[in-house]
Amino acid sequence: MINIKTKIETRDKKRKPLPDWMQKPTFVVGLVIVIMFVFIALFPGALTNQDPLEINVAEALQKPNSHHLFGTDEYGRDIYTRILYGARIDLAMGVFGVLIPLVIGGILGLIAGYYGGLFDTIVMRIIDVLMAFPFTILVIVIMSILGAGIRNVFIALWLVGWMSYTRLVRGEVMKAKNTEYIQAAKVEGFTDKRILLRHLLPNVISSAVVFAASDVVLCMLTGASMSFLGLGVQLPAPEWGAILNEGRSYISYAWWITLFPGLFLAFNGVGFSLLGDSLTDLLRRKGR
Amino acid sequence: MNRLNYIIKRILQIIPVLFVVSILIFFLLRFIGGDPARLILGDKATKSAIKALQIKLGLDQPLITQYWIFLKGIFKLDLGDSLSLQVAVSYLLKQRMPVTIKLTLFSALLAIIFSLPLGYLAGKYKDHVWDHTIRTLTLVFISMPSFWVGLLLMILFGVKLGWFPAGGWDETNLFTQLRSLLLPAITESLALTALLMRDMRNSVADISQMDYVYFAKSKGIKQSAVRKHHIFRNALISYVTLVSINIAYMLGGSVIIETVFALPGIGKLMIDSIFNRDYQVVQSLVLLFAGLVMLVNLITDILYSFLDPRVSY
Repeated sequence: MINIKTKIETRDKKRKPLPDWMQKPTFVVGLVIVIMFVFIALFPGALTNQDPLEINVAEALQKPNSHHLFGTDEYGRDIYTRILYGARIDLAMGVFGVLIPLVIGGILGLIAGYYGGLFDTIVMRIIDVLMAFPFTILVIVIMSILGAGIRNVFIALWLVGWMSYTRLVRGEVMKAKNTEYIQAAKVEGFTDKRILLRHLLPNVISSAVVFAASDVVLCMLTGASMSFLGLGVQLPAPEWGAILNEGRSYISYAWWITLFPGLFLAFNGVGFSLLGDSLTDLLRRKGR
Repeated sequence: MNRLNYIIKRILQIIPVLFVVSILIFFLLRFIGGDPARLILGDKATKSAIKALQIKLGLDQPLITQYWIFLKGIFKLDLGDSLSLQVAVSYLLKQRMPVTIKLTLFSALLAIIFSLPLGYLAGKYKDHVWDHTIRTLTLVFISMPSFWVGLLLMILFGVKLGWFPAGGWDETNLFTQLRSLLLPAITESLALTALLMRDMRNSVADISQMDYVYFAKSKGIKQSAVRKHHIFRNALISYVTLVSINIAYMLGGSVIIETVFALPGIGKLMIDSIFNRDYQVVQSLVLLFAGLVMLVNLITDILYSFLDPRVSY
């Protein structure tokens, strides 16, 4: 046993120059995929010269060909172009659907965990009630109350998303609160604000950030499924779930309307999942 | 006796949460949903006709009274009548529930059958080809939108090959029911299979490195016994939690899967009722979903005590 260990250690020493994250191919691949999609979302016009909303009935329901790479839908709109322009909406749902809950949920968790008391009780009881619903049902109910549209998709994702972050951060704060470095900071007479932001936050935020990377996939898929059900982004907006919903009526002869948007959703998801997974691994290794 | 006390305590904890859920859903839908009488009769209805229907449905009563009637109804299992379908909600639920429950259990079963052995093997042969293949599969399964997978399976096995019905529900006998459920169940189980596989793999890999496993081995206990009693049983603890959390999650997912495959379960009913603005049905369904989630959580906690003797009450 001991021999093997020393062998591994010496081998590791020789390879030192590369930073940890670059040694992980999964991280690099994930990063490349995500950057690619961010590029598409920012500059969809760079990869196509067609209009995602332009109707051309003469070219309706064409199979994939050289002019229409992914075929056309029932109004003759180019699926490839619609998918490229859709990246902006779907990526935004994933990223901003997570960012706001991460910040708000994180702050709530920080305060609830640090001070405890009545505030903590109230926040946790609210979470208890909301956790009683399955995630999808909760989003659907909120969407049905607010009405369809992209703005309401965000509101629904925010209203539901914060809970996980509050619970994660609160748990970490409760653990860290009694450690020596926090006790020392208190004895020094630092203000609560300084202890919370400078001492606690950097130590408790990592698990929430790692969770956020995989949560992006969940948010994106949830947002897309709302459009798919007809509750979210409305046609003719080029959103991947909405395009899939459109394709459902033509599923027996126009498979391309269904295949390609889903492929993009899945590929994008793989990118973020790879990032999330390798971040978890890196963090674990650091913790050891 | 301790275990019984704990179970009673847990059941008592559920009641206030369900109560708050019922208040929340009732008043939210009443305030924002609009007047059901107007929704049923349409825009052209006369004022007197609307008034008459309001009185018939009890909508002229104060909200508190209406809520009280709703609450009393829950205990009598009388949830009022569906506004759009004109039948008792409890009748609808009785008719639709079995489909969703069968779909959920079938999916969970599929996920367990595949994830248990595959996850275990991946953990046992950590960092081998086998492990890498399973980890890649996990990643792909988690990232795929279920409604897309469902549509693709439908195109391939329903439309092109014609092996299975492309959606719909054949109630005739057990065989036809399974045939109608197979594609939806596969669709719904993919993500869960991936999650469970990953959990089993990580647990087995971690536990195999534990001191007590080395100790058991060096004590001379048979390899197979160490695997069964020391590694596998401990790995099951987090696995079981994950199964139950996700059964609750899958109940939510049934809304999407049932819509894709046109299965007449409560998920499809939920979406139809939302589009019909049938709040009588929506509020009952939401309460039902919440109740089911809490029931599943309760069962998990009880299961725990049998799996992990260290859990104390």
